[in-house]
Amino acid sequence: MSAVRMGLNGDEKPHVLAVDDSVLDRKIIERLLTNSSCKVTTAEDAHGALELLGLADGQQNFSNTVSDVNMIITDYCMPGMTGYELLKKIKESPTAKEIPVVVVSSENIQTRIEKCLEEGAEEFLLKPLRQSDVKRLRCHLTKDGNPTDEGMLCVGR
Amino acid sequence: MEVGQMQRQWVDYTKSLFLEGLLDGQFLQLQQLQDESNPDFVVEVVSLFFDDSEKLLNDITRALEQPSVDFKKIGAHVHQFKGSSSSVGAQRVKNGCIPFRNFCEEQNIEGCIRCLQQLKQEYYLVKNKLETLFAMEQQIVAAGGSIPMLELSF
Repeated sequence: MSAVRMGLNGDEKPHVLAVDDSVLDRKIIERLLTNSSCKVTTAEDAHGALELLGLADGQQNFSNTVSDVNMIITDYCMPGMTGYELLKKIKESPTAKEIPVVVVSSENIQTRIEKCLEEGAEEFLLKPLRQSDVKRLRCHLTKDGNPTDEGMLCVGR
Repeated sequence: MEVGQMQRQWVDYTKSLFLEGLLDGQFLQLQQLQDESNPDFVVEVVSLFFDDSEKLLNDITRALEQPSVDFKKIGAHVHQFKGSSSSVGAQRVKNGCIPFRNFCEEQNIEGCIRCLQQLKQEYYLVKNKLETLFAMEQQIVAAGGSIPMLELSF
């Protein structure tokens, strides 16, 4: 079972797993992502996300796992396991560590940003997310050498 | 009132909400996410915000009434409120959360109570204004018109 597939074909939608404990923010991120032609699965906490990836401790039931996740976007501040701890678990997993993980937070705390990047986060973004943030992330998904049919340039903000 | 007039009123009303600082650019982002396939997106998001907010305000009020005030818990609620108001663009509500969090950290009960009053005022104000805005939208649509696209520069 593989939760990872890198390198998209030109006409395939990237599959993004979005993790946030706020139902409001989940609704917004889902819309932002579908508006950027992504397929979206959401989870309301880190444990739920791990279960969807088949990585939860002692997981027996794999019937609800999702496959072919191309990117994970997670909120930093969540009750129970934080987004940082989720990031660590993903990067420790032999099957999932190649999935780019983006951490989002409402707080611009330098030490927080640094430790996420050190742990292997692809990016650290501030909330609230805008369409331009998501478009840029979308760019990351196709920059591994595969030509995109939209000819998008990745421009820094 | 004919549709064109209703639409102009809607534009003026919306602009006033931005000029008064009640809403910020994030609200515009939400409007831009609304289209034919998601025609009620803004109302849905704002409804979630209203539900969340009522609950948070109740929880904070009750927590401040306890004989032994749990400032950490209140701080967590305020953090959540700051996040949700920021996500919908309710600028004055979001800004009202900032001093509140500071008072929680200082365990200053007077400060917290004052902030709660202020926050409730700002929240009910923006709630009222948004409900008025949505009622205007319903009238426009009922009269066969469509909601204008805003062109505001931020």
